[in-house]
Amino acid sequence: MSAATATRAWKRPALISNPRWRWAIWIGAGVYLAFAFGTLEINWGRLQEGLPRGQRFLASFFPPDFGSRADSILDGILESLWMTVTSTVIGVLISIPVGLGAARNLAPRPIYLLCRGVVAIARTFPEVILAIFFVKLFGFGPFAGFLALSVGTVGFYAKLLAEDIEDMDPVPPEAVLATGASWFQWLNYAVQPQVIPRMIGLAVYRLDINFRESAVVGIVGGGGIGATLLTAFDRYEFDSAAAILLIIIAIVMAVEYSSGFVRRWVQ
Amino acid sequence: MLRLEQVVKEYKTGDRALNGIDLQVPQGQVLALIGPSGAGKSTLIRCVNRLVEPTSGAVYLGDLEITTLGSSGLRRARRRMGMIFQEYALVERLTVMENVLSGRLGYVGFWRSYFRRFPREDVAEAFRLLSRVGLDHMVDKRADELSGGQRQRVGIARALIQNPELLLVDEPTASLDPKTSRQIMRLICELCQERTLAAVVNIHDVPLARMYAERVVGLRQGVIVYDGTPEGLSNQVLTEIYGEEDWDASDTGETGPSKPDPTRPTSKPDVEHLVGM
Repeated sequence: MSAATATRAWKRPALISNPRWRWAIWIGAGVYLAFAFGTLEINWGRLQEGLPRGQRFLASFFPPDFGSRADSILDGILESLWMTVTSTVIGVLISIPVGLGAARNLAPRPIYLLCRGVVAIARTFPEVILAIFFVKLFGFGPFAGFLALSVGTVGFYAKLLAEDIEDMDPVPPEAVLATGASWFQWLNYAVQPQVIPRMIGLAVYRLDINFRESAVVGIVGGGGIGATLLTAFDRYEFDSAAAILLIIIAIVMAVEYSSGFVRRWVQ
Repeated sequence: MLRLEQVVKEYKTGDRALNGIDLQVPQGQVLALIGPSGAGKSTLIRCVNRLVEPTSGAVYLGDLEITTLGSSGLRRARRRMGMIFQEYALVERLTVMENVLSGRLGYVGFWRSYFRRFPREDVAEAFRLLSRVGLDHMVDKRADELSGGQRQRVGIARALIQNPELLLVDEPTASLDPKTSRQIMRLICELCQERTLAAVVNIHDVPLARMYAERVVGLRQGVIVYDGTPEGLSNQVLTEIYGEEDWDASDTGETGPSKPDPTRPTSKPDVEHLVGM
């Protein structure tokens, strides 16, 4: 072995091979971040004033009052729950054909583009914006909230379904195709078993998201527990509001816990 | 039985995987297709059932021209050709029985298959085949619980329940240990004999091909360079298929130790040479 070989140095190839670009991007990002923080204008005085106000605010939450508005809280919760369930079911049902069409390894090009377009549009607007829009179209109430959450579900679920299909192992589907199976049989035997556990997990997760969103959607007029919460705040009944928040937290945690259970079960 | 005429496959990248293949396989013949990686073996058998569309040329199964069939005709033709894969290609979350019965999908309607209500004879045949391949105690196990050899047996049962006239077998032993490889090859050959099935078997392992096939076809860069008996596979022929190598030194497998070849200094592992680079 020669001496020259022994002293040869090695460095890991850089992600951006041109050193000028590499440094320019690093320095540019640093400068931008510095300016961004500079424009925040953190006002320490106001922060100081705000803190005790927050303390008073929190204090007025206690003790939470479940009793005096029990009827409207129960109505709100039930309305939110059916909004959540119906919008998740309808959203997932619509997502299945859209998701199949949006998978590149399944759909012909025009259908793929169309379905990707539908997904992109459904994903562009957050649920709150959709809710405001549907409240304007169909008036106040849970129907507007239901529509907003359904569209939101399609944007979420169809996209992830399509991506899961694109990531599937292509060999078993090839084998099922080679038996002379029809397209629908192929879908049922080769594609569905590969994507179903994740799809069930995601549906439960979306149920969770939709319940939380139903509270937000209610605040802009979409019905449900959000409407009840807003009323409580408007009347300065912070103890009732605290009760509502606690119930929301409890339900979200219950869904969270059961979704973990469901996911283990379908594996 | 199977006839290929001037089959050409050119991939979109411009690679010619097959360059005018002419091949005839009579009924009941087990044919081993050997050749280096990338020679076009997999492409060739996939052109037969059109998992890969040939660019030009014709494929006949009996009198039926497969290459011009529409989609429903192709489905009916695919029922007559069973396929066995390298990585078994079972649907892992389905049970052994569902995997075997999926071989009948070409014969039953969608709703029957959806509710897993296959005709009684199909289920009986599935049980019979599973016991033939020695897996009748595994019927309700999920495919991902099985070992490699067991999975390949399920793959074989799935191909056979189609009641095919031809088996297309793609590297059936590449993921298996030497003993299981022999067992699987022996099983495939026995089954072909029992049913006078023709089979095209892609295989990496030359000794295994020698041992089990009646006829060997050597493929190199999309062209058939050898077609004859296993006995005719001389060192010269192997060199023509695979390129220069000392064949006697590797009787137990393709990757045996090789002696340095004085005429081609770059082909031998030269430690000094590599270090100095």
